[in-house]
Amino acid sequence: MSMQTRPDSDFNPADLGQQSNRAWDRVFMWLLFISLAIGIITLVVLLVYVVTKGWPRLDLGLITNMPSIRNPEQSGVQSALMGSIWVIGFTAIIALPIGILAAIYLEEFSKQGGRFQRLVEVNIQNLAAVPSIVYGILGLAVFARALALGQSVITASLTLALLILPVIIISTREALRAVPRNIRDGSLALGATEWQTAYRQTLPAATPGIATGVILSLSRAIGEAAPLLLLGAVTFVTFNPDGMLSGYTTLPIQIFNWTKEPREEFQVLAAAAIVLLLVILLAMNFVAIWIRNRTQRRW
Amino acid sequence: MNELDASIRIAESLSETRHEVSIDIPNPVFTLNGVSVYYGEYEAIRDVSLDIAQGEITAFIGPSGCGKSTLLRSFNRMNDLIVGARITGRLAYHGTDLYGPEVDPIEVRRRIGMVFQKPNVFPKSIYDNVAYGPRVNKTKGNLDDLVEESLTRAALWDEVKDNLKKSAYALSGGQQQRLVIARCIAVRPEVILMDEPCASLDPIATAKIEDLMHELAGDYTIVIVTHNMQQAARVSDRTAFFTAEVDDAGERHGRLIEYGPTRQLFSAPVDQRTEDYISGRFG
Repeated sequence: MSMQTRPDSDFNPADLGQQSNRAWDRVFMWLLFISLAIGIITLVVLLVYVVTKGWPRLDLGLITNMPSIRNPEQSGVQSALMGSIWVIGFTAIIALPIGILAAIYLEEFSKQGGRFQRLVEVNIQNLAAVPSIVYGILGLAVFARALALGQSVITASLTLALLILPVIIISTREALRAVPRNIRDGSLALGATEWQTAYRQTLPAATPGIATGVILSLSRAIGEAAPLLLLGAVTFVTFNPDGMLSGYTTLPIQIFNWTKEPREEFQVLAAAAIVLLLVILLAMNFVAIWIRNRTQRRW
Repeated sequence: MNELDASIRIAESLSETRHEVSIDIPNPVFTLNGVSVYYGEYEAIRDVSLDIAQGEITAFIGPSGCGKSTLLRSFNRMNDLIVGARITGRLAYHGTDLYGPEVDPIEVRRRIGMVFQKPNVFPKSIYDNVAYGPRVNKTKGNLDDLVEESLTRAALWDEVKDNLKKSAYALSGGQQQRLVIARCIAVRPEVILMDEPCASLDPIATAKIEDLMHELAGDYTIVIVTHNMQQAARVSDRTAFFTAEVDDAGERHGRLIEYGPTRQLFSAPVDQRTEDYISGRFG
């Protein structure tokens, strides 16, 4: 026994050379690389395609002009862009406070690991996985019909708010959970109440994380077309919304409408609008990343 | 037979120390009678009875897992925040049961401050760290003066007076711990509980904290938990020695073994286990 565990004293410099060929290592590395390449190439092809196709219409007129059926060369997305801004603005106003307050309750005040908390947690995770079209059906039945809000900005905002609420709650909870226990203990040990601790310590410390989650969820909402199609945003709109109950269209809806048109000019217009939508989404994601990096964890 | 003898001796020594304590301390800040703290079903520390003297420094020493931190955290009801934690027996503060139905834990924590093992400064400026307690408690008076006074008492003012707006994270570990003490003082507590306050500090920073404790003793009642026996011997007036005992069911429980004036406990311990521990034979 002791003979086998003795250190090998017969050293030969050749032992340090490669002992067997490592073909499998290389095969596996290439598999990984190809998988990555498929994702990146798809994205690049997509970007190059829409940019080249939409290039003739990537001008200021795209943003400042209203859509026109008769004159696609002069057509623009102003009403759709303004519609998107109105809808997302109200979505944020509705979803942010509700989502953040719900998360604070769950994380800071409800009994940790209790039955209620577990039940709510499972349900929120399930809601986050529900397809957006289902929210469209819900919005149509409840907001458009039962509450008689019709085909209005507020119907779309309420529906999108419900859609992103689970995501906001989940990301806010994660941000709150990342605040170390000893910050809370320090605050409570000074005679602060749990509520004071939540809004003076935990919430400010978690703000970068919450902001990141909120921006990403809003950028999801801004790209949604399916639920809004159900809610009746398809109409050809040549005016900007002027209130909560105004009719509207949004960028994804406008793109959807133009791609249905057979004339080539509309295809170019749609490609240009897609580029605009992508720029908005990338800008929002960039802001989220910037916030996250600027406020690196200090504890 | 040996075990029986040993347990008789422990019982004798325990009753002796208790007797001694009650004569010793005329006007105690805390009076503990048969205090046990549980986490769920688990009894972390069992049947502790002792008095804490006003204006003195009392040290809790003992090996890891003997429940001394758990006991300390029940003095300002920080254990309330842990799900399943509960206490039995009577823990009185100036004769009032701290766990009585009328007692508000927020008020308890205002009067009984706490310094933690890791300097847990808030992600705010130095000024805002110290001003936090007075602000949440809506203390009346000039906040600037209170901040200066607290930082001066914590022996930190000269080092930070030109940088009050700087983040507290810019300070060194030892400075952070003194900031935490200043933050605690700003609430004007009567008692300061310290849970291994020097565990993460180097010897020089530790010496500064110990000097500070001597400065604060008299005005404040200080209870310190420490792993460092030399520290207990240097700073404290009285020392309580705890250890973990394994019961018949195989569970470990913290027990108070010996309690007395620090000089006496270190020079002439009554219990064999105290002697073994302070002479470095276990723990």
